[in-house]
Amino acid sequence: MLEVKNLNAHYGAIHALKGISFTVNKGEIVTLIGSNGAGKSTTLNSISGLIKNRKGSIKFEDEEIIKCRTDEIVKRGIVQVPEGRRIFAELTVEENLKMGAYLRNDSDGVKKDMKKVFDMFPRLAERKTQLGGTLSGGEQQMLAIARALLSKPKLLMLDEPSMGLAPIIVEQIFAFIKEMNEKDGLTILLVEQNANMALSIAHRGYVLETGNIVLSDTAEKLRTDDEVRKAYLGEG
Amino acid sequence: MFFKVLLNLTIAALVLYIVVKFLSMLFDQVTFWVTSLEEKKRRYLLGGFGIFLIALPWLTAGNPYLLRTILIVGIYIILALSLNLIIGFAGQLSIGHAAFYAIGAYTTALLTVSLGLNFWLAFILSFVVAGLFGFLLGVPILRLKGDYLAIATIGFGEIVRLALINGGDITRGPAGIPGIPSPSIFGFVFNDNISWYYFIYLMVVITVIISYNLLNSRLGRGLIAIRDDEIAAEAMGVKPSYLKILVFTLGAALAGIAGSIFASYIHYVNPDSYTYLESVTMLMMVVLGGIGSIPGVIVGAAILAILPEMLRTVELYRFAIYGLLLIIMMIARPEGMISMTSLRGGKKPSWQFLKLGKLLKPSED
Ligand SMILES: Nc1ncnc2c1ncn2[C@@H]1O[C@H](COP(=O)(O)OP(=O)(O)OP(=O)(O)O)[C@@H](O)[C@H]1O
Ligand SMILES: [Mg+2]
Repeated sequence: MLEVKNLNAHYGAIHALKGISFTVNKGEIVTLIGSNGAGKSTTLNSISGLIKNRKGSIKFEDEEIIKCRTDEIVKRGIVQVPEGRRIFAELTVEENLKMGAYLRNDSDGVKKDMKKVFDMFPRLAERKTQLGGTLSGGEQQMLAIARALLSKPKLLMLDEPSMGLAPIIVEQIFAFIKEMNEKDGLTILLVEQNANMALSIAHRGYVLETGNIVLSDTAEKLRTDDEVRKAYLGEG
Repeated sequence: MFFKVLLNLTIAALVLYIVVKFLSMLFDQVTFWVTSLEEKKRRYLLGGFGIFLIALPWLTAGNPYLLRTILIVGIYIILALSLNLIIGFAGQLSIGHAAFYAIGAYTTALLTVSLGLNFWLAFILSFVVAGLFGFLLGVPILRLKGDYLAIATIGFGEIVRLALINGGDITRGPAGIPGIPSPSIFGFVFNDNISWYYFIYLMVVITVIISYNLLNSRLGRGLIAIRDDEIAAEAMGVKPSYLKILVFTLGAALAGIAGSIFASYIHYVNPDSYTYLESVTMLMMVVLGGIGSIPGVIVGAAILAILPEMLRTVELYRFAIYGLLLIIMMIARPEGMISMTSLRGGKKPSWQFLKLGKLLKPSED
């Protein structure tokens, strides 16, 4: 579904991605793990077009999208839940969700999807008219995911959904992610520092180190890999 | 002498503080009352207000001076609302709005006087030309952030004013262009304040409707989202620069309309009416009323358009008092008379004048 080849990204003189290649197949959860500054967020931002200074090839459903603007990419069905959630503080929960559906013109479909996410996250339904900025961290993460779902994505990209959340909330969020994948067949590209959690729900994984992919395998194999255990799972 | 001025200013500051505090608490109560009314009653209220607006010129019967002030207030409401689109909705600080006001006024003057065009055509073209200038300015400068943008708009305001002064035979320099005709429809000429009143307030109502619909549309949500977090908005598919330019253009075009009306109402344009101070006054109307809040901006425009009339006797102090008012506002009520947040409803506001507990306890943040 997504085929990234020789992707390069620059911030001024900093070469943040040095020609990485990976694929995400339909129906998969693929995780990208790596330590701080490895280039995980840069990878997602390059795919979604938030970073314009990118080179190489990104094919989505067999079409080249590296030249596309963010709004065109969202329209094609790739949406990103940005790192740190980035909820619109001055908009209510409901309006935040409507922002997710910004590019959609099928208002009936939007209403239906709105109901669906409210069923999925009853805590958000209770807080429909509350301002986004007043939600708790966990609620904000739920809202960020729900907001992305309203764009009706084919590929959902999550950037560190566990960041700054209590372990019990993290478990909940990851259970949701798994459910979305299994029940609705949503394809997911998951970026995490919490490699343990990520590898527990992913099918496959890539390990990123200073702008290069150094390892790729099934999630199961990565979990038992000595190098990965030492570097990312805090063991050994 | 110096001490007398100082004493006067101190007294003025105290009086202003009390007035601002009192007025803003009053507005909080009214806002709360209106926002908690049921939909049907609110409609009645709106209807009642509409009837009041229609009857207003008759209520002022016999006082042409009062009616004239009400007309000027109307023109400033259009200007302040148009600037509010840019500052309040798009979050772009513009301090050169008088330039678009001037462009609208001069477009009407040149087209009607020099080319002999019909007023209504000139009126529409004033909207278009001011909008075009807004667009042409917006494309390069809306990439700039905060302070830089503000400076660029000041620059634009000065360029336009200087161009008018030095425009030679076309703009006729500092003397300006007299003899702009009154508009007329089917032979009926707008030559009294009452017909002007209906025309101007029709435009006010249209501007309010445009503002209101913009705010409550997908576009309005997109604009708030950009102000909250531009990157996240972009990630949802919003095109920030596109929206900003669109709103900047619309704001400029509406200011052009106000200029066209003003020029035709006083039958005269000259560069003195469109100075930097005029831009600052518009900015103050928005800030005083409440950035982004439509009823707030209307109130702000009304207060600052009426104030100079009341300060006639102390003309010298006028801008000193404006400055003082701005400082007092920032201390007593930084969010404006009717803030955006108060419009969303919520807790019943209190009448408590000073929070004594807050004064005694050290601040928590
Ligand atoms: N806006 C920027 N300007 C300059 N350099 C940047 C910018 N954003 C990221 N970088 C650099 O690019 C590299 C990759 O950053 P990136 O944010 O992609 O890392 P990450 O893997 O997401 O890290 P983390 O886990 O901490 O979020 C880092 O060296 C970082 O300093
Ligand atoms: Mg990151």
